[in-house]
Amino acid sequence: MGGLSALSVLFVFLSYAVTTLFIVGFLAKIFKYATTPAPLKIPTTPAPTSRGGVAARLLGELLLFTSLFRGNKWTWIGGYLFHFALALVLLRHLRYFLVPVPELVSFATEVGIWAGVLLPITAIYLFLRRVLVDRLKYISTGADYFVLILIGLIAITGLVMKFSFRADITSVKEFMVSLISLSPVNIPMDPVFILHLTLVLVLMAYFPFSKLIHMGGVFFSPSRNQVDNSRDVRHVNPWAKR
Amino acid sequence: MVDKIETPELTGEIKIPKIEPGATSHYRPNQASEKHNNNLGFPGTRVENWQEKSIEKMDDLLSKYKSLLVYLDSCVRCGSCADKCHYFLGTKDPNNMPVARQELMRKVYRKNFTVGGSLFPVLSGAEDLTEDVMTEWYSYFHQCSQCRRCSVYCPYGIDTAEISMAAREIMDTAGIGQKYCNEILGKVMDVGNNLGLTKPALANTLEFLEEDVEEETGVPVKFPLDQEGADVLLIAPSADFFSTPHIEGFMGYAKVFHEAGISWTVSSYASEFANFGMFIGNYETMQKVATRIKDAARELKVKRVIVGECGHAWRVAYSFWNTLIGPFDFLDKKYKNPTHICEFTLELLDRDAIKVDLTANDNRVVTFHDSCNVSRGSRMGDSSGGQFEIPRKLIKKVCGNFVEMDSETIRELTFCCGGGGGLLTDELIELRVQGALPRAEALHEVMKERGVNTMAMICAICKAQFTKVLPSYGIDMEVVASLHQLVSDAIVLKGKVGV
Repeated sequence: MGGLSALSVLFVFLSYAVTTLFIVGFLAKIFKYATTPAPLKIPTTPAPTSRGGVAARLLGELLLFTSLFRGNKWTWIGGYLFHFALALVLLRHLRYFLVPVPELVSFATEVGIWAGVLLPITAIYLFLRRVLVDRLKYISTGADYFVLILIGLIAITGLVMKFSFRADITSVKEFMVSLISLSPVNIPMDPVFILHLTLVLVLMAYFPFSKLIHMGGVFFSPSRNQVDNSRDVRHVNPWAKR
Repeated sequence: MVDKIETPELTGEIKIPKIEPGATSHYRPNQASEKHNNNLGFPGTRVENWQEKSIEKMDDLLSKYKSLLVYLDSCVRCGSCADKCHYFLGTKDPNNMPVARQELMRKVYRKNFTVGGSLFPVLSGAEDLTEDVMTEWYSYFHQCSQCRRCSVYCPYGIDTAEISMAAREIMDTAGIGQKYCNEILGKVMDVGNNLGLTKPALANTLEFLEEDVEEETGVPVKFPLDQEGADVLLIAPSADFFSTPHIEGFMGYAKVFHEAGISWTVSSYASEFANFGMFIGNYETMQKVATRIKDAARELKVKRVIVGECGHAWRVAYSFWNTLIGPFDFLDKKYKNPTHICEFTLELLDRDAIKVDLTANDNRVVTFHDSCNVSRGSRMGDSSGGQFEIPRKLIKKVCGNFVEMDSETIRELTFCCGGGGGLLTDELIELRVQGALPRAEALHEVMKERGVNTMAMICAICKAQFTKVLPSYGIDMEVVASLHQLVSDAIVLKGKVGV
């Protein structure tokens, strides 16, 4: 890392450390979920009677938030748009990491900007819900507000780089690509970018140890991922004494 | 007993209340005595190091139950479940919102098992299992009837029942048991049924029922006990032997067997379908209770096991028996084992093996209360949703007037009666009355608008609960009926000719 500024050394180190933490932490959780036994058949019925049906049920939860739709339309619309915007924004960000930029990502470039605008709006909407609805206020913890504020700020700093204090995209991309190719160069001396990156690193470090793990949770939820066939196929509890 | 029960007023719609923190923090069931706890292998009284023991048990359960682990991690507090629990709707206490109930355990989990919770307890809402927290646990984990309605609406399928079962298991392990469940479990393991009904008493009861039915119909319908070599072992909830309207349904089962000409028997060793082992979340207890049924079926050399009307027990039988006491390779593979009495009776009706005269129920306008554990924890028949279709088809075969309640309160969205999950005990009567509010609203509406005078159901707990609490809402307990009571009234007994 000869020739790197002190600040660059710090951020290069943090980027690698946090990415490692994120990946290892996430995989460790998933590994634990996958290996912890489910002693009994507990699908919330009516449930699919085949594996294919279960796959459809899980896809519905993942892509359409079907159960949330049933539960609360106002939360669904806010939550759905929030996650949809987040997905598009993440997709759009691949253009800062990949050479050449794939076609799908180029497509997301235009619509991704609007998603970027939608993201803080939906974060504020979800935040206000937590403050204004008495039931939500009662159940919200500091962590719930924290992630909404964090993601909101990440989105806003991102938009600032696009619309007011334009970042030098070429040097940002050069920096990101250099990180991926393990031959880091100096970080662009753009305070908004540095703030944006810092917040993202905080989010990534926080991710595996928080409720943000929920994205993995639905696949391992026995009430959603089990087939309703308990009379026909004997489900064995690995730890039962017989 | 409470003199004056605070009964919510029926308003004509199910309303989401403004929260009233602490409204029911004083509701808690009586604690089990030393003997009741010891019967199940739990410490008799609260152990010296109860906190340590509790956390140890939580650790153990987290390694044994994927559900608990994933559910404690995944909740984002979106609030989708918040207004779905009948106890919240009826009591206004925010700790009866499923998510808040879960948080009572989640805060302890965070503190003891997560990095964030141990480093930043305030930010993440983490707390130690203090005396106060244990008081909350005992109170609010006994205000959950494990009905799974919340799990329908959760984007991750988080089932509060799994969490309240784990909490009760942890409390039992620390010597803090609940009297109602633990006392009853002792009886079933000792005598064979929840009522503590001995073999001679059971024999007397069945004899009395035989006389009763013959007097009424002129037909000698038998109620066999411990009859080796019978085709069918019938396992009924023991309330079916005594309580009203349960017993009317029990007579219905007997008439069906009689008319179909299928030999059957009750077992004095396994004279209980209910399995409160599920309520206390203790796998070994649940397995022990279920094992009696397997042993009885073997002993009596029956071909198949048919079970009576009981909600949580049907969940245990349908979903868990195969795991707990299966495989049933000693029974006739021609049949589904276990078979629900509704599956059995409908099949006989479908192939005209028994006859009914549905005008016998012309005085009734019937609605059906879906019991929670049947609806969301089991199935009947061969296709998904059979647990809703089969009882309805059966009702329509025996009665010409059938009306549905509000669609948000039936099938998989059904509301618990308010007495499930081991809460059907006198000291929780206020909770039970208030928890019945959503069902009372929906029932009252069809009584007023559609002339409904009968609510049929297939759960012993629902029947006992509704007959007790509906009068608080000005609804006559006569409305409550066993589904097989309708069958009993409509079935044509061939031997009846000439009487």
